[in-house]
Amino acid sequence: MIMRNQFPLEKIIDNFSGRVSVDPNVTDMPCVVVIPKDLVELCLFLRDNDAFKFNFMADIGGIDFFPNMPRYQLVYHLYSISLGWRIRIKCPLDDPPKAPTITHLWTTANWHEREAYDMFGIVFEGHPDLRRIYMWQDFEGWPMRRDFPLRGYKDKYNPFGEERPTTNQDPVGDIL
Amino acid sequence: MGSLTERYKDNVLFTTSDSIINWSRKSSLWPETFGIACCAIEMIAAGCARYDLDRFGVVFRSSPRQSDVMIIAGTVTKKMAPIIRRLYDQMPEPRYVIAMGTCAISGGVYNTYSVVQGSDLFVPVDVHVAGCPPRPDALLHAMVLLQEKIAGSQKQTIPQSAATKENV
Repeated sequence: MIMRNQFPLEKIIDNFSGRVSVDPNVTDMPCVVVIPKDLVELCLFLRDNDAFKFNFMADIGGIDFFPNMPRYQLVYHLYSISLGWRIRIKCPLDDPPKAPTITHLWTTANWHEREAYDMFGIVFEGHPDLRRIYMWQDFEGWPMRRDFPLRGYKDKYNPFGEERPTTNQDPVGDIL
Repeated sequence: MGSLTERYKDNVLFTTSDSIINWSRKSSLWPETFGIACCAIEMIAAGCARYDLDRFGVVFRSSPRQSDVMIIAGTVTKKMAPIIRRLYDQMPEPRYVIAMGTCAISGGVYNTYSVVQGSDLFVPVDVHVAGCPPRPDALLHAMVLLQEKIAGSQKQTIPQSAATKENV
């Protein structure tokens, strides 16, 4: 197995010349920060470059930093099965959150992106099948957002939930 | 009366229809094989050799149409609740429901946006089994309680909760 200190991180930085930066606070694996516009290009580079060969998309996570800005963040974890490397890609998003899909690079990203959409309302542009994956289709709201009440909204199955606000201020609902 | 007793004493029993019907109902309580969370593991253990629910006539069935009891064994999400209700509606009457575990009784620790806060909200529950998860002994006790409830009921007034008729 190749040691982590041999990871050619500077190769990524050089290739993207200022568009990709390193997150210095992360110690467990190489971690880079990229804006959504360059995400697909970075992923394609990491997947196909012979120095990296990140052929496995391990996870996509979402974060809501409400009330801080930029409010949302996507966190990708890649793994190189042949070389044994891991990398974390952080991608800050505005509000309303939109990101490009990477389903065409790794097919497994399909369900991961649906999960991020389901829980955070992050819209993945170009996704072939962007539906909810955990909650049912009629569910309203994005449960993992920090302004979503922890105990949910009041309904017949949940008499202890909060009253739903009368005005729908959901920006993502307007996009779709 | 004396001649009658002598004549039939070896092969005839006299009883009430309520007694014989209730006896047959309580002696073959067939639950659905339907576990939805970790309580199902205890339910399975209760059905296996060590605790042996079979000795009460409790035999698990894989179809709601052959079942008498529904054991709600685990956390009920809002997405699952209509499915459980449909299975309940498919069971022939008389039918009974056991809510097994804290989650099925009240939602338990899952006081969240996705979990139903108690099975009573969508099916009529006959026996609540406390515990997280309840031990198999507790489920056995629930079956015995349900048998006692059935034995005490009358034919015309088999307990069908009013919630059956509601549109839940």
